[in-house]
Amino acid sequence: MAKHKTLLETLQQQGISRRSFLKFCASTASLMALPPAMIPAVARALEQARRPSVIWLSFQECTGCTESLTRSHSPTVEGLIFDAISLDYHHTLQAASGQAAEAARTAAMEENFGNYLLVVDGSIPTANAGYSTIAGISNRDMLLETAKGAAAIIAVGSCAAFGGIPHASPNPTGAVAVSDLISDKPIINVSGCPPIPVVISGVLTHFLTFGTIPALDDLGRPKAFFGQSIHDRCYRRPFYDKGLFAETFDDEGAKKGWCLYKLGCKGPTTFNACATAKWNDGTSFPIQSGHPCLGCSEPDFWDGGGFYKPLSTPTGDVAGTIIYGAAAGVAAGVALGALNHARKTRALKAHEPVSVDDLEKGGGQ
Amino acid sequence: MTETEFLMWVRGPAFQVATLVFVVGIVVRLLEILLLGRKGNLAEARGSAMAGGLRTIVSRTWPDRGTLQRSTFTLVSGYVFHVGLFVTIFLFAPHILLIRDVFGVGWPSLPTAIIDAATVVTLITLLAVLAYRLVNPVQRFLSGFQDYFVWLVTILPLLTGYLAFHRIGMSPPTLLAVHILSVELLMVVFPFTKLMHAFTLFMARWYNGAIAGYRGVRS
Repeated sequence: MAKHKTLLETLQQQGISRRSFLKFCASTASLMALPPAMIPAVARALEQARRPSVIWLSFQECTGCTESLTRSHSPTVEGLIFDAISLDYHHTLQAASGQAAEAARTAAMEENFGNYLLVVDGSIPTANAGYSTIAGISNRDMLLETAKGAAAIIAVGSCAAFGGIPHASPNPTGAVAVSDLISDKPIINVSGCPPIPVVISGVLTHFLTFGTIPALDDLGRPKAFFGQSIHDRCYRRPFYDKGLFAETFDDEGAKKGWCLYKLGCKGPTTFNACATAKWNDGTSFPIQSGHPCLGCSEPDFWDGGGFYKPLSTPTGDVAGTIIYGAAAGVAAGVALGALNHARKTRALKAHEPVSVDDLEKGGGQ
Repeated sequence: MTETEFLMWVRGPAFQVATLVFVVGIVVRLLEILLLGRKGNLAEARGSAMAGGLRTIVSRTWPDRGTLQRSTFTLVSGYVFHVGLFVTIFLFAPHILLIRDVFGVGWPSLPTAIIDAATVVTLITLLAVLAYRLVNPVQRFLSGFQDYFVWLVTILPLLTGYLAFHRIGMSPPTLLAVHILSVELLMVVFPFTKLMHAFTLFMARWYNGAIAGYRGVRS
């Protein structure tokens, strides 16, 4: 029965007023850089939207993404939108288990073939199918099977989007991203470890309103949220520009809230909405809490040369190379110097004095 | 190769190789010059070679009026881009971090707005220097492949650094990697080209002054 309710009906049932609903539509539209004229369209589409079927597959992951998206400290409209979708399969959240759970997935796939949204968190092991299975089905097989009837795929979290921590060197499970296995479906990468909840609701709203996926950047991420770097939107940026840096976590600079670049902040190379949307209902984000950005929404952030090493510094032992290089240089220089010296001595010995008579004789010939 | 792998390669193995070539090259070339030696001077000293040498190092830093009037552009542009390079290389916070990381010593940085302005001025000056080299018949006649090559490897880190700072054209990790790679190119060719003047300049000046000083001549 619940499946046939519209989104608005579900929200009203939860005690959300129309005013709050329209406020949500307006803020989501502005977050996604849609013109104000689109707000009524967003509201109309959401009001009338039937609960879309969503199948959520969790592979090699830590459940942090689900925690991030579902653990609002107070019920927000975003949270309720999330509740309002028909989440037909989700390991962590569903009551059913074993055969019943798999039956729910198969039923949802058959009922909504071609129309359901597939959400994936976690990477997929390829080295050995046995590394991660659900009900005896390998992650790879389950993904390929479920993706067939999906309207679109949302890869939630850096593991599903780029391989994430399981993909980190030496990648023992041969972990890959969703996009490495599927190329014939639209894939939206909502990266982050974990990603920001508002990005998910934004993408869902866009999908429900327009029936299409939002504009994506070259890494498949929604431009509206991943269009600007943390560095460019960071409230500590003026300190970077003034050359005021925290040198350690407890010095005067840290207490005064200066730039964390020297403590390894990856803000300049990280694209995400943390600095604007923030976390926990807009309370704060890592840099505001005094910790450098780890760059968690970028591919291979785990292998980026150390979280606390500034971006501009080399990763190897350069001082050692300089010492060995100088020693080798001295040895080679002395050897070449000796050779040059010997050549000079030979040239001096071979030198035959020439008299004026010799020259005149030579000139006469 | 992903862009992160590219950046890690540039910050890791590539930087090590570039450092090795740079250090070995500089040390070998300096030793080659110094170990060649000079014959002892049998003439009686009429002044201090050391004092004459040191004086010349300072005195030749300032152009005499005649030269300044004859080659105003060359002198002014030369000073501008050398000072610009010094400011952008040694007073930009991320660069100082690299130096501190390697040598353990650091110093305060300049605000990025000043570094940015210095970069633009240096870039324009280097372009003007190239234009002058191409337009002036004497300079063009005296220029060979190496002069243009050295100009290119000097301007590349500046240009890629500017693009990386403003994030123009490519993704930030790629821009940073390309910038570091351009510096590595500079480091590798440095000891084997005219860029070596950065290390031989004061040595040569001192020697010139020392010859004069020994003879009791003020140079």
